[in-house]
Amino acid sequence: MIDPSESVIRFENVGLRYGLGPEVLRDVSFSIAPGSFQYVTGPSGAGKTSLLRLLFLSLRPTRGILQIFGQDAATIRRDKVQSTRRRIGIVFQDFRLLEHLTTFENVALPLRVLGTEESSYRRDVSELLDWVGLGEKMWVYPQVLSGGEKQRAAIARALITRPEILLADEPTGNVDPPLARRLLRLFIELNRLGTSVVIATHDLGLMDQYDARRLILEAGHLAIHD
Amino acid sequence: MTEIRSAFAVRIRSIRIPLRRGQARAPGEREPELPRRPMQPNPIVPPRTVARRALLALVAIMSFLACLSVAAVSIVSERAYDWRNQIAEEVTIQVKPASDGDTDALVARAVDVALQVPGIRSAVPISEADAAKLLEPWLGRDFDRSELPVPRLIAVRIAPGADIAALSRRLHEEVPNASLDDHSLWMKRLSSMANVMMMLGLAILLLVMVATALCVVFATRGAMAGSRDVIEVLHFIGAEDSYVAREYQRHFLVLGLKGAGIGGALAAGSFLATGLVARFQGSTPEEAQLRTLFGSLIVGPPGYLGALATVLVTAGIIAVTARWTVTRTLKELEHSSG
Repeated sequence: MIDPSESVIRFENVGLRYGLGPEVLRDVSFSIAPGSFQYVTGPSGAGKTSLLRLLFLSLRPTRGILQIFGQDAATIRRDKVQSTRRRIGIVFQDFRLLEHLTTFENVALPLRVLGTEESSYRRDVSELLDWVGLGEKMWVYPQVLSGGEKQRAAIARALITRPEILLADEPTGNVDPPLARRLLRLFIELNRLGTSVVIATHDLGLMDQYDARRLILEAGHLAIHD
Repeated sequence: MTEIRSAFAVRIRSIRIPLRRGQARAPGEREPELPRRPMQPNPIVPPRTVARRALLALVAIMSFLACLSVAAVSIVSERAYDWRNQIAEEVTIQVKPASDGDTDALVARAVDVALQVPGIRSAVPISEADAAKLLEPWLGRDFDRSELPVPRLIAVRIAPGADIAALSRRLHEEVPNASLDDHSLWMKRLSSMANVMMMLGLAILLLVMVATALCVVFATRGAMAGSRDVIEVLHFIGAEDSYVAREYQRHFLVLGLKGAGIGGALAAGSFLATGLVARFQGSTPEEAQLRTLFGSLIVGPPGYLGALATVLVTAGIIAVTARWTVTRTLKELEHSSG
């Protein structure tokens, strides 16, 4: 059991509904410890993506308590939202790479928007792209990347600011099994470097390859398998 | 920080992901040429889209039309001012032909009287040849002046505050055949016509500017409709709202300056062309009348300044609309959180 005071993220009886619709998440309670690794799983429509959106402050809970890095998501000041978000890396299911930027520029984007000089991050970005196997695709545009390469570029973009927690939404949904294994290995290595990792997936094969805590969503309710 | 970075770099180098099978090169095989990095970093805001090219064209057209309206109002305004000034600075003494035939003596007398009145700057008789030229548009070149009792005219230039009533009274007393036309009737008519034209011009200018602003606002919002994805990504990777808004504002300001600049330059070119053509206008009586009434249709400095202001205002409207649209999109992204 995780001590709530040590957790980077804490959910307590969190409920979420869109507009006046039914609750898509009900009484969700769990904590994410620093340096932990967990899967969020469940059937399609169970609320995995909604849970991830809560985790990176794209949504706010309609009830309950959600604390991210000790700050209450319901009362967090608007000017603190972005600085909190920068401590979280997010890998979207559909990659969300900007088509008019090269792979290098896409990966460097989180640093560039902070006004950082390119000279100060050029080496880090190059090394990270080498690490994810895209060193030779540094100056190509996303249109010529395969699905797996786009996925790795999206992961590199999420990692470049060395976030404390990495969220990945179906990171293996668009890749073949060998590449899925390589991506999983990448996440595991990243976790060993100290980053908390949350992977939303319904790929049972992926979860069987690396044993980790599973947060299982079923019709908005959460069950935890440690 | 340096230590952490070094440790990070060493660590990530040690776990390089292997290349795909089949990518290994045979000994001696040439390395494939890799794509080169762009000479300049790509801008954050996508630079070229069909909607933005359409916006550029629309802004150029609307800006051109707005500049023409500004120039038209400027010409009318200048002419109206000139009419008032010219008429207010000049009165005319008419001397009917003398029954004894010595009209020249009467004219000389009237000039003397006029010059004695305080505030009169000059009194110059209009020669018979010049008077004939004034009548040419109505009577033609070959009319016989002796057949018509045409009065002789004296153009009198006056200083502001000159005693016109005293001049009229003395002429009446000392030169019986002379009468004074102080142009008050013309002045009233021209003044009211100038006012009407000015109001009409300003109303048209206002309509054109409002239409330009509306077109530009809606076209800018349309051109930005495809930007939501980019704004979302920037937002979710942690870009500050002010940064995103600034980037879009700068991008659309440049686009607006380009579009409105093209329209403004075309308008300025057409002003210059009109001015050049006006210099070579013919000398038919009709053209002479038009020139007298409207001048040479040459756009003066206020017209060019107005066009420049139109360009800047149009670009400003685009930049502000872009910023507003981005800010609204970012607010929607936050508020969608429920």
